Amino acid sequence: MRNDLVELIADLKEQEALALARKSLDAGIDPAKILEDAKSAMEIVGKRFEICEYFIPDLTMAGEILKGVSEIVKPSLKEENKGGKKGKVLIGTVAGDIHDIGKDMVTFMLDVSGFDVLDIGIDVSVEVFVAKTKEFEPQVVGLSGFLTLAFDSMKKTIEALEQTGLRERLRIMIGGGQIDEDVRRYVRADAYGKDAMAAVTLCKQWVRG
Amino acid sequence: MNNDAAEMYRQREKRVEDAIALRVPDRVPIEVLFGFFPAKYAGMTVEEVMYDPERMWESQWKVLTEFEPDMEQNPYAVRFLGPILETLDFKLLKWPGHGVAADLTYQFVEGEYMKADEYDHFLLDPSDFMVRTYWPRVFGALKGLEKLSPARGIITYYMGVPFGFAPFNLPEVVDALEAMKKAGQESMRIASYSRRYAAAAKEAGFPMQFGAFTQAPFDTLGDFFRGTKGIMLDMYRRPEILTKACEKFLPIMFETAINASKASGNPRVFIPIHKGLDGFMSPEQFKKFYWPTLRELMVALINEGCNPCPLWEGNCTSRLEIIKDIPAGKACYAFEATNMVKAKEILRDTVCIRGNVPLSILVTGTPDDVRAYCKKLIDVCGKDGGYVMDSSTGLDDAKTANIKAMFDFTREYGVY
Repeated sequence: MRNDLVELIADLKEQEALALARKSLDAGIDPAKILEDAKSAMEIVGKRFEICEYFIPDLTMAGEILKGVSEIVKPSLKEENKGGKKGKVLIGTVAGDIHDIGKDMVTFMLDVSGFDVLDIGIDVSVEVFVAKTKEFEPQVVGLSGFLTLAFDSMKKTIEALEQTGLRERLRIMIGGGQIDEDVRRYVRADAYGKDAMAAVTLCKQWVRG
Repeated sequence: MNNDAAEMYRQREKRVEDAIALRVPDRVPIEVLFGFFPAKYAGMTVEEVMYDPERMWESQWKVLTEFEPDMEQNPYAVRFLGPILETLDFKLLKWPGHGVAADLTYQFVEGEYMKADEYDHFLLDPSDFMVRTYWPRVFGALKGLEKLSPARGIITYYMGVPFGFAPFNLPEVVDALEAMKKAGQESMRIASYSRRYAAAAKEAGFPMQFGAFTQAPFDTLGDFFRGTKGIMLDMYRRPEILTKACEKFLPIMFETAINASKASGNPRVFIPIHKGLDGFMSPEQFKKFYWPTLRELMVALINEGCNPCPLWEGNCTSRLEIIKDIPAGKACYAFEATNMVKAKEILRDTVCIRGNVPLSILVTGTPDDVRAYCKKLIDVCGKDGGYVMDSSTGLDDAKTANIKAMFDFTREYGVY
């Protein structure tokens, strides 16, 4: 059995990774260190995804392993180790559209990449987007939509953010189904992303800048 | 031009048949999936046409006769669903009045309706699993069926007969049977309208695009039973049993298609492709889990004289060399966002290709944008036949002027 947790998770060896996490915890290794390793592994997974070595099922499997490791170490983890976040991202599927698979994946990847993500669900009305943006004060808002009916909902949501003066402080990214550069221009978003890693890259650029 | 409807019917059928057989037709055929566009075009809500078969007829007929596609898609079996879904309390869709607003299209609700530890039950006896476990989960009105005992145990006077029928006397089973009877009446209504619509369209000179519907075994298992996440994890956690389940679905998917195709007398079988796209699995996973049973399904259909018509949703550019392995001139591959230049290059001698006019342009662009895109498609893909014009996916929210531009331009510029 290999004993490098980072490598085992990055290579998607679920059983071996979970067994090693348990063993390490029993051996008295700091649970924060175990979780840190798991997150480093997710960075490798993300990089492999970007160079098309990994695909969505690999991200999903890596996510399951990370969840498993977290469940093992969380009870032993001290509160202060739960850590500072890079920035705030508000995300939701726009009004009329109930699809969530893509949105959930983006939420998950942003979360493991260190962002404080607030996922406000599916079929989110313009009013709720505005209210939650005011309340949560994110640097980035992500609008998700799978169907063509989402184009107009995105447009209306962005218009409402403009009218309430919230737009200036925000970067807005869109993604899902039929979304491309034409749609981005139509709804006046700052960028569109074709997958979950693109969302992470955008947020990293924007929040740093 | 011959205005006789029978002659128009023959010409349209031949135009599409020629394209599929990789012969050069008189012009590039055009056929689309209108989705719920007809309701909007006729000033109705989605809810109205989902519940009122006469309104459905009126709206669909208006679009058919005004746009005159080379082939029509029968709207009844895929859109006149309100009454039957309500009777069954169907859980896999949200539709107007049931989770979405009156003017929105119905939407799919995914779930894990077969748990990972239920593969064995499914493999032992798929119909038993469906009736006693799957149906009670996806049809609220059939929940009582979970009380039944397995039909396979009711064999003779001393095996099954004495006690096997007892559950049929339980109130919840009686309720389920009553709901099934009502669903039966709704099915008859769908079938009757569907038959009459096909006959009326034929009378007016329009063949139907498809006579049957089926899916890749992997998609059926993933879409309706295991869910996207469930089936993705199965590729790692239980690859052997996943493959067995796909193989179990293969004859079921074949039977579904061949029965409907024979009943309708139409060889074209629609196969939407959901989980085999680029990004949704690696090329190795595609070759291992997805393609073998899909290919076998399509080849079996071809051997029975059918034309498999998969709609490769999303982008499938990296799969082109793999999916090329199919008997030549028998199938038609519709593509949503696949690179069409590459598709033509790789598939030119094997498969007719279709589609790809982006919905983003049809919804947000201008007629000029549409014409420019269609010109590019006809120039590249239409060269020497083997191409059918179509949008990338259903037209639901497209602008009328843009759809019109796509039709007019194809009829004009697409002449060989």
